Amino acid sequence: MSEKENCLRIVDLHVQVNDKKILKGVNLEIKKGEIHALMGPNGSGKSTLAATLMGHPNYKITKGEIWLDGQNITDLSPDERARMGLFLAFQYPSEVPGVTVANFLRLALNAVRGKDIPVLEFHKLLHEKMKELKMDPSFAKRYLNDGFSGGEKKRNEILQMALLQPKYAILDETDSGLDIDALRIVSEGVNRLVGPDLGILIITHYQRILHYIEPHYVHVLYDGKIIESGGKELADKLEKTGYDFIHSNRSESVLEEAQNG
Amino acid sequence: MAEQIPVNLGIDHYKYGFKDPEKYVFKAKKGLSKEIVEEISYLKGEPEWMRDFRLRALEIFMKKPMPTWGVDLSTIDFDDIYYYIKPTEKKGRTWDDLPEDIKKTFDRLGIPEAEQKFLGGVGAQYESEVVYHSLRKDLEKQGVIFLDTDTALREYPELFKKYFGTVVPPGDNKFAALNSAVWSGGSFIYVPEGVHVDIPLQAYFRINAKNMGQFERTLIIADKGSYVHYVEGCTAPIYSSDSLHAAVVEIIVHEGARVRYSTVQNWSMNVYNLVTKRAVVYRDATMEWVDGNLGSKATMKYPAVFLMEPGARGEILSIAFAGKGQHQDAGAKVIHFAPYTTSQVISKSISQGGGRSSYRGLLQVKENAHHVKASVRCDALILDDTSRSDTYPYMDIKAKDVTIGHEATVSKIGEEQLFYLMSRGLDENEAMALIVRGFIEPVVKELPMEYAVELNRLIELQMEGSIG
Repeated sequence: MSEKENCLRIVDLHVQVNDKKILKGVNLEIKKGEIHALMGPNGSGKSTLAATLMGHPNYKITKGEIWLDGQNITDLSPDERARMGLFLAFQYPSEVPGVTVANFLRLALNAVRGKDIPVLEFHKLLHEKMKELKMDPSFAKRYLNDGFSGGEKKRNEILQMALLQPKYAILDETDSGLDIDALRIVSEGVNRLVGPDLGILIITHYQRILHYIEPHYVHVLYDGKIIESGGKELADKLEKTGYDFIHSNRSESVLEEAQNG
Repeated sequence: MAEQIPVNLGIDHYKYGFKDPEKYVFKAKKGLSKEIVEEISYLKGEPEWMRDFRLRALEIFMKKPMPTWGVDLSTIDFDDIYYYIKPTEKKGRTWDDLPEDIKKTFDRLGIPEAEQKFLGGVGAQYESEVVYHSLRKDLEKQGVIFLDTDTALREYPELFKKYFGTVVPPGDNKFAALNSAVWSGGSFIYVPEGVHVDIPLQAYFRINAKNMGQFERTLIIADKGSYVHYVEGCTAPIYSSDSLHAAVVEIIVHEGARVRYSTVQNWSMNVYNLVTKRAVVYRDATMEWVDGNLGSKATMKYPAVFLMEPGARGEILSIAFAGKGQHQDAGAKVIHFAPYTTSQVISKSISQGGGRSSYRGLLQVKENAHHVKASVRCDALILDDTSRSDTYPYMDIKAKDVTIGHEATVSKIGEEQLFYLMSRGLDENEAMALIVRGFIEPVVKELPMEYAVELNRLIELQMEGSIG
């Protein structure tokens, strides 16, 4: 049990949305200090996993459990999970007109920390983090994601991650819609947070972000199951062959291995 | 970002209602009659013309049928209402002069802090009579008059008579007639030519007696090139029987002047809030209404701007929040009488817990009023499936060469939006409140800081626990 304390553990997770089965038994363990990449073709269930881990009400867990640092969080609400140190960088962050980035982030930080941060201290912290992500100070006064470009939205997600300092972060398609410069800045932002106290799950279709953020482990999700796991070389292989190899190479043994591993 | 400790206006006590024992010098009989009106006028020692004005208004009130549109008014019993109560003999000007229990009420309303903080003049209405009034000395030096309306009638009879009843005549509507017959208290402001009043003038209104109608009458005259911002906030404790609030506000904005009138009203759940607010705006002058309507059982309120001469501008920004058992029928009325006039209406309404909010607006452009620019935007946010929102935008455009914009949206709080905010640690109530706060922000940001803070807190309070 003790070695299970310091990890985000996904056990035999089955999830359905509107009666459609999407995840069909996902097992995954992310320890602090580790970076995992979850890859897979469209429709394999990657974003479903991200939303489920964060507790989206529309994603129904029919079987399986999610554990965070030795606590079962399967039935907890998204805010309870966030306060326990889980973070999801959204693929499509919602727009909240009329609420400034600064105001929102202060409320979020207070909620996650469980106590109010002095206003001046907060603004110092915010501007420091914004500078690291090469964000203009005026950004703090804009309305949350309202009229943001794709790149700005993603940068804003990483800004939140940098401020909230989660124990486990899931990055859902953070690289999508980013040009090469933005991708570099965002990746650098993530790399600054990498360390022994943070476990990261990078969900991505392409492996391009993995050139910047080097994963320790790579998993392939296909039809709701992890069918292959390996080191970084697996990502390289995927780059060369695309997801087609899954169709051709899928054998019972690979499947079994993946499920048990 | 400017962060500030809010002035405690005590509105958060509102939900539970607090009241002091009633102690009055004079309490008229319930119900409305010629005798009551004459008695009110007599007790106030009014000139004959005012008594006649009241009696004429009473006749109009008796003759006019109840409006059959807007909110349901059928449960108002005009015979079960006190039309005049005078709380103390003496009018206090300094804090120390005030009787102890009245002071206590003001304490809870935070009047002294508000005053210390930034206010020049506080006119607080306790029952029907303004008992407390203070004016900053430099205001007086500038020739600014800021008095309760009764005193103004006594001290400035000619100025008073020149403007009183000219913007909202008694025949305007049934409740304006009622107010004209029994009015008491309210604020009177006169700003001389070219004077800029750089602090908001503020009055705090409060109903404290059961079944007591409050019929204040406010008259603001901004002379040429002057500026004044008047802030009105209201709260009332909760009672089991119905109360009626029928106010009239008249504003005259002379050439090149600008008046802003901000309101945050939070009536208790049993109050009928039927208010006629209107401004006439002359050449190159500007009138701005910023209006937040919370609470009450039913509200009918449509701040109006009459643009009389070229260059006149009008702006009406409003927020209405309808919770359980409430109907907010609020909106705006703009009439362009002259060419080259502009107007803007922004209305935000929120319905929750079975509440109903309606936007009712009239935009009228007269035949010769060419080159008019007008825009109306009304947004409704519905927080649950049992609540309702309606829009009644009436337009009557008689002139050519005009630019009219109209936009209306109705939205519900999105699941994804809520999930996003909750994923950052905010619980469901906080997330909802934040979305609502963002929704009304374009209007709230126009309010003085501590009112903006209070309004947000009030809405959060109303939303509390109502989300399943």
